[in-house]
Amino acid sequence: MTQPFPFTAIVGQDEMKQALVLTAIDPKIGGVLVFGDRGTGKSTAVRALAALLPDIEMAKGDPYNSTSLEAAAELGVEASEMERRPTPVVDLPLGATEDRVCGALDLERALTRGEKAFEPGLLARAHRGYLYIDEVNLLEDHIVDLLLDVAASGENLVEREGLSIRHPARFVLVGSGNPEEGELRPQLLDRFGLSVEVSSPTEISERVEVVRRRDAYEMDADGFVAKFADQERDLRSAITHGKVQLADVATPDGILEDCAKLCVALGADGLRGELTLLRAARALAAFEGASQTDRSHLRRVAPLALRHRLRRDPLDDAGSGVRVGRVIDDILVA
Amino acid sequence: MTDSPTVWDLWRKAARLLAVDPAGLGGAWLKLRAGPVARRVTDGLGAAMAPLPPRKLHVTISDEALYGGVDLTATLTAGRKVLRGGLMTGDAAFLLPMAERCPVRLAARLGGMLDGQDKSCLIALDEGIEADETLPAALSDRLAFHLTLDGVRLADCPEFDVDVAEARAQLADVDTSHAAETLTTLASHMGIDSLRAPLMAVKAARAHAALAGREVAGDEDISAAAALVLAPRAVRWPETAEDEDDHQPPSEPSEESADKGEGQDQMIPPEMVLEAMKAHLPEGLLAQLQMQAARRAAKGAGAGARSKGNRRGRPMAPRMGRLSAQTKVDVIATLRTAAPWQTVRRRQTPDHPARVLIRPDDIRIKRFEEKSDRVLIFSVDASGSAALARLAEAKGAIELLLSEAYVNRDHVALIAFRGEQAELLLPPTRSLVQAKRRLAALPGGGGTPLASALRSAYDLAGATGKKGMTPTLAFLTDGRGNIALDGKPDRQAAEADMEGWAQAIRARAIPSIVIDTGNRPQRRAEALSRALGGAYLPMPRADAKRLSEAISTTLVPAQ
Repeated sequence: MTQPFPFTAIVGQDEMKQALVLTAIDPKIGGVLVFGDRGTGKSTAVRALAALLPDIEMAKGDPYNSTSLEAAAELGVEASEMERRPTPVVDLPLGATEDRVCGALDLERALTRGEKAFEPGLLARAHRGYLYIDEVNLLEDHIVDLLLDVAASGENLVEREGLSIRHPARFVLVGSGNPEEGELRPQLLDRFGLSVEVSSPTEISERVEVVRRRDAYEMDADGFVAKFADQERDLRSAITHGKVQLADVATPDGILEDCAKLCVALGADGLRGELTLLRAARALAAFEGASQTDRSHLRRVAPLALRHRLRRDPLDDAGSGVRVGRVIDDILVA
Repeated sequence: MTDSPTVWDLWRKAARLLAVDPAGLGGAWLKLRAGPVARRVTDGLGAAMAPLPPRKLHVTISDEALYGGVDLTATLTAGRKVLRGGLMTGDAAFLLPMAERCPVRLAARLGGMLDGQDKSCLIALDEGIEADETLPAALSDRLAFHLTLDGVRLADCPEFDVDVAEARAQLADVDTSHAAETLTTLASHMGIDSLRAPLMAVKAARAHAALAGREVAGDEDISAAAALVLAPRAVRWPETAEDEDDHQPPSEPSEESADKGEGQDQMIPPEMVLEAMKAHLPEGLLAQLQMQAARRAAKGAGAGARSKGNRRGRPMAPRMGRLSAQTKVDVIATLRTAAPWQTVRRRQTPDHPARVLIRPDDIRIKRFEEKSDRVLIFSVDASGSAALARLAEAKGAIELLLSEAYVNRDHVALIAFRGEQAELLLPPTRSLVQAKRRLAALPGGGGTPLASALRSAYDLAGATGKKGMTPTLAFLTDGRGNIALDGKPDRQAAEADMEGWAQAIRARAIPSIVIDTGNRPQRRAEALSRALGGAYLPMPRADAKRLSEAISTTLVPAQ
């Protein structure tokens, strides 16, 4: 298997890269939505991220990625030791059946041996990692409902065909899509912590650089990856360091107040906006090695965290980013 | 199609390039109907793409057939696990006939395959006739060559063989730094947004240079790559200003109308017209429409017609079927079918390891009945007649209906008619932003080809019906059609054509509404709605008082 395109070799698209890095530091931020034109490196970035993520401990041979041997035993998996495995990044392809996503009766065993056994689905595999949905706006509604439910509860519950299985499924949902091909339901929109709008670079020189790098990578993947090895290592250690640092980052009351003010001013529904804003700002502070969150962090993550939460007019094609920007200027300066 | 030999030459060139670098170029999208030429393409493929074996895919292919996995049918017969290899294991030159019917599901999988580092490539044969029958964009974006081979005579298509082993070996040594810059710049001038296009053009230039034995991709290679990869994707041609205008919708669509119409509506910004319209359109108009259709077709209430599927919805009785990823086995029903035979079968095969003896014909598949998605087809009269005076209002009315469609998660499509014939502005989509944009850019003026609009709406309704959606038609017109189907101004022929198509729509019981955009309610529009068997609604005049009220509330920001 050839190595994925290095994350640090992606030209531009800083907002998208930053959003992905933040979720790597604090998965609780709750997912990234990347909306934009075709061929802007959306899938490339997600695949590249996988290579940057640190390994995590899980029970050996456990399809549910359990955190401990006891947890695995509860799900009926007999594991004797823990092992380190890469953070899972699971693709959810369009048109995947419900069975495939949440797991179902193991048909082969049921029919040939008459045994009732559960075959875990994609949700189990994505536990503690990433679930990536390309063209998320074209996903069938019943799968969307299912994902909403699991994302809200952090648990996948299968109750059918005489099976009753409950297993944890907490993952960072990463969706990408092209808004011209269809809208995303507001309920699903709200589940994404951060949202990013990408477009192809307009500068010719930047476009040329993208084409050059991609072409170089495809001609000689190993050589190209080796060139970026140092940068990749630096970023990886910054992420690992940020993860450790996260718990120690202080959040002054003033920042909390700013978060609330921003959300009120923008009329964002619910409290999810404030929480995400806070977590994202803290993750950014941790990533940059700061000891406490300040307004500069808030300012940089606010568009990402709030853009998609405005109560919007479905026919308004002007991006809501402008509105967010204006409110940020008003509140964070005054 | 006067240069038919050239098209075949292009394909020959494209095939050779593809053979040199199949993974890099992804493949080709050929528009070509089934026939001797298509045969020649498919037959020649094996030799052209060697050593990649040619493999044929089908648009309804199941995931098991693609990726392999447990072969349940064979497993049941043998009584032990039987694995089956999928078509996608190993590199191949895939051929996808009838690509215009490729579902997004398969497009996503094939796109994933092309993105991966496999050596495979894909030749999609698009046999589409209608404009809306085409390859999903997710897939066509990943195929380097787009060629239309329709209308080529077999005699003009000599067989060719491809010997590229040498070029393939040289590929890595070609210097393309100059080509990369030129092709990217060119692509950007042509209005091609996706960066995949210049990337594939660079690869095409490299393959072209390798074929010619050059070490640096020169002008010849660059122009060949631009012609093959960039030209078919061009949104506009660089340097020609006239063409550019075609693609950039005029910023003031109703400019033309201002001279002829009353001018009153055009003076008012669209947002305000929208506000004024709000007061005049009854709420739940679309909901009423549904009810009406339901009554007529006597099918019961509900947003969409029912379609039988096996994925979701209300369960129906299970029936016999084969195992695949797209179906769901009803385990209980299967076991119930197998139960009475257990003793007999055990006697026949005493040594069978399975505890329950199930034969493939015992398999029962779950079926569900679900409501299908609804699609709203708007046909907007943008002609120079009375409708023109109120085009802005009609647009406002549609916007209101669109937001209602958004709430119901309906798809929308937009047909505009003016001048000589109707034109499909927006194929069915859920993207309302798109619908709004196209609508805003719609210019007015010319005759009223109402008959052509009826035909387009009928065709589109048929096409969406085939895709499992339930169409609903909305016509915004004053009903005064004066252009016949052949595009000639002949009121009588136009009336006859209209009558005929209206009846065709009525015969299929497609729910419809006619919104009269005339200055005052017209008998003709009402007659049209009767012929269609649909509802009739005169678009009320937004009176001056209401308009000014709306304007003042918009201008003074609410405190």
